[in-house]
Amino acid sequence: MLAADAAAYAAGLRIGMPASKAQALVPGLVVHDAEPDADEMALERLALWALRRYSPIAAADPPNGLVIDTTGADHLHGGEAAMLAQMADRLGASGLTARAAVADTWGAAHALARFGRQQTLVVPSGETAEAILPLPVAALRLPAVTIDSLRRLGFETIADLAGTPRASLALRFGPEPGRRLDQAFGRVSEPIEPIRAEEIVEVRRNFAEPIGAAETIARYTGKLVAELCAELETLGLGARRLDFLFFLVDNRIEAIRVSTATPVRDTKRLTRLLTDKIETIDPGFGIELMRLAATVAEPLHAKQTISSLAEAPEADVSDVIDILANRVGEDRLYRFAPVQSDVPERSVQRIAPMAPDTGEGWPGHWPRPSRLLPRPEQIETVALLPDHPPVTFTWRGVRRRVKRADGPERVFGEWWKRDAELVAVRDYFQVEDENGERYWVYRAGDGEDAATGSHKWFLHGIFG
Amino acid sequence: MAMSSNRFALSELRERIARLEGGSARRREVLSFGVPAIDRVLPGGGLALGALHEVAGGGNGALDGAAAALFAAGIAARTAGKVLWCVTRPDLFAPAIEQAGLPPGRVIYVEAGDEKSVLACFEEGLRGGFGAVVAEIARLSMTASRRLQLAAESSGAIGIAIRRWRRQTEATDFGQPTAAATRWRVSVLPSTPLPVQGVGRARWQLELIRCRAGESADFTVEACDAKGRIALPSEVADRPLQKEKEIGRRRASA
Repeated sequence: MLAADAAAYAAGLRIGMPASKAQALVPGLVVHDAEPDADEMALERLALWALRRYSPIAAADPPNGLVIDTTGADHLHGGEAAMLAQMADRLGASGLTARAAVADTWGAAHALARFGRQQTLVVPSGETAEAILPLPVAALRLPAVTIDSLRRLGFETIADLAGTPRASLALRFGPEPGRRLDQAFGRVSEPIEPIRAEEIVEVRRNFAEPIGAAETIARYTGKLVAELCAELETLGLGARRLDFLFFLVDNRIEAIRVSTATPVRDTKRLTRLLTDKIETIDPGFGIELMRLAATVAEPLHAKQTISSLAEAPEADVSDVIDILANRVGEDRLYRFAPVQSDVPERSVQRIAPMAPDTGEGWPGHWPRPSRLLPRPEQIETVALLPDHPPVTFTWRGVRRRVKRADGPERVFGEWWKRDAELVAVRDYFQVEDENGERYWVYRAGDGEDAATGSHKWFLHGIFG
Repeated sequence: MAMSSNRFALSELRERIARLEGGSARRREVLSFGVPAIDRVLPGGGLALGALHEVAGGGNGALDGAAAALFAAGIAARTAGKVLWCVTRPDLFAPAIEQAGLPPGRVIYVEAGDEKSVLACFEEGLRGGFGAVVAEIARLSMTASRRLQLAAESSGAIGIAIRRWRRQTEATDFGQPTAAATRWRVSVLPSTPLPVQGVGRARWQLELIRCRAGESADFTVEACDAKGRIALPSEVADRPLQKEKEIGRRRASA
């Protein structure tokens, strides 16, 4: 017995049990031979997926884990908690049950992911020690023999172990418990050796003397990019994502990751993207090895452009898009596209900035406000039912008299999305006050039937 | 006689100043409004391309920037190429921007976290390939605006800074000098009266508060149509020529 999930535990199966005993406990149990090599391969593939998707520093943590350095990578996925949830969801969608934790050190994250209570857990920076103290000693990545004898001596939790003088521990169990404790608490560094794969094009440069000045880094960046582009060209590829790793003399790894919207093989553009981020690197005592890899590459073939005599070609903005996307995050850069929906807040969606232009627009027969409030704000009104605009309304404490109004424009609820919207109705009016300020207000409900809405009024947008 | 020599001296002075400013290496291109009364006031007969322009809303518009956004969209719509729009608050409603002449396929939005990164994105956009770059910012220092102006000059893109504040008291910042070529204030006016009930075409009070090498002026205009063009209301456009001078002209105040 090598592995057991919750269902197996419920059936009384335990890890380390002989197969015959397990078969006796659960009749009809299907037994497969363990394939450690295949498991390892699968884990490597998973690590590669994490590398492509999440962070430039990712590695397999055998026998059953992944370790990812998320420094500087989480904000691209909406923060640490969102990133973990997304990770667990994605793995769940492909049939893997995953537990994940973010902490200051590899050791702590390893322990919390396996022995924490929640499926995903984010420990705020600096609170790692308190989080791992109550965990059992088994969480410390120690050999099973050591854990057994520790427990026999009465060490149940990491707190017990951390409170014991180090010398006597070392005498009895060797240096291992002390080292693991230090790693978990972040007292000694534990670099993650990022996974590498055959198919990823990469170039590297060793330095006899460590380098550290920004200008020097920039110069060698240019050289490495030129080498990488030459290699990509022979393969007919263009880079979509570049990982630039700096191995420092004090055994740390710093990383830069840049992405592009379209495959790129242009030395100047890629150099620009990378040098923009050099300032985020802390070279410490110096860099002894730089490694540049095109983690995600896509086919890029030379194509002939058709030039028109009549009009100047539209300028290519994809390089600026890449620069901006790497500065503010890919999801912060978007275009709006129409959605077939009459409900205003649902009628727009965000699409990638370089997505092909369909030429579609919104139906333009009704004026739309240039500012739409994030959520409609309730207003006090004096209005005639059922189909008159308000005569006066009070919004944010200011009372306004309506001089002119247009409407109603009736928007029906989308019953195919939610049952509650089956009969819901909004009546939109464009109203103008005595100063000429124009607002978009609506009444929830049709003015007659209470089932269609609360008949409260809301202000939803401001016209220019 | 004295008049013409004066005018000659003035134009010579203007040329010398332009030479000093260094932007005269090539003839400035302009984007005309297509409204003669406005184009006449602007040097070169329109909004300078390759320059920074400032727009703010008047009254509550200083906070919501609704009319200012449409005015900027109308200008951007009449340029060629893609448009970059930098914001911190994502409350722009794209269908309205399309109704001001900018189809969704042409506008790329950047949602920057803070003012500093908006300025960085603004400058980056001005340097690279866009026809127009619009940014919604509250504070614009002289140094920042000069950088933006230089960036715009290098590419020929038109930069529009929509000044939009969180509080009415902060809007006094609009009096501070910047390196922008023109400074506009757009305030809403009651819409064009219709013979029936309803809201007519929106009207704006368009104030040219500051204009480099030009005089300030204000106009009553009708808001952008579906091609991004503003127009003079018919009663203003059709009135006899000598009366047109009365549309308040003031001395440059900035």
